[in-house]
Amino acid sequence: MTITLNGERFELDSPKSVAALLAQLDIDPRRVAVEHNLNIIKRPTFSDVLIGEGDTVEIVNFVGGG
Amino acid sequence: MTDTPFVIAGRTFTSRLIVGTGKYPSHAMMAQAHAASGAEMVTVAVRRVNISDRSKESLLDYIDDRIFILPNTAGCYTADDAIRTARLGREAGLSHWVKLEVIGDERTLFPDNEALIDATRVLVKEGFIVLPYTNDDPIACRKLEDAGASAVMPLGAPIGSGLGIQNANNIRIIREFSKVPVIVDAGVGTASDAALAMELGADGVLMNTAIAGAEHPVQMAEAMKHAVIAGRLAFLSGRIPRKMYATASSPLEGVIGT
Repeated sequence: MTITLNGERFELDSPKSVAALLAQLDIDPRRVAVEHNLNIIKRPTFSDVLIGEGDTVEIVNFVGGG
Repeated sequence: MTDTPFVIAGRTFTSRLIVGTGKYPSHAMMAQAHAASGAEMVTVAVRRVNISDRSKESLLDYIDDRIFILPNTAGCYTADDAIRTARLGREAGLSHWVKLEVIGDERTLFPDNEALIDATRVLVKEGFIVLPYTNDDPIACRKLEDAGASAVMPLGAPIGSGLGIQNANNIRIIREFSKVPVIVDAGVGTASDAALAMELGADGVLMNTAIAGAEHPVQMAEAMKHAVIAGRLAFLSGRIPRKMYATASSPLEGVIGT
């Protein structure tokens, strides 16, 4: 199945939770914010929200800025 | 005379200097510059995580725990994108403060005030503490305040330009009009620019490139710390009126040979 992850096509073998996706990507969940189909996903619910075919996911963090 | 504390939305800051985290030669130098500046609040940007390259070290590891982090919405050209970015920043940082930017033009990075006011209204309703980056326009600042902004942050000059305060009288008028803190944001090039902003009555100054882009950022950070303190003291001290001609400082009587 294909999702759009940070603006790019991304293949997933099966639907998975936000927490599982972050683990697969080796991203520390404490350092990022996640938007799923334009909804902000609260950190405590990362394990509950499932990402499926065609979904759009944004994973952001803080970088240097003014 | 003692100064009134610098309070934004009920939070008190000792330093009136707010600095950025962008464009430093290294994270380590940024941390040193932050320490030298004495700043208690720093801005950060919200960006997509690099999925393919996870090796990059985290910016947050180099920001002192005592420093308050203010996420920005830099790079957003619509109210919707700025609102989305603000919400993501809140989630990433667990703080409900945002430096709100809605840019209207790529070349000047001047704000789109109409979209900025709309986004301010939406975010304030959602419980955000909104610090909008705005034009040096007293009317726009008043509208932002009416929309619920917790401070107004007029530009001194275009972002990263280092041109200094282009419209000093507008900054002074904005201070006179505003009930919320006025923070001059953008355009500072060197210490005297920061001092001038404070002399005009600004409650604080926000800068990034002036420090990060200097040849010696840590030294410039220290210069900015002193400039902000000096400018504030001068403002509180009540400067002398400007006169067209000289007034002698030494007594006119008792000059020899008269």
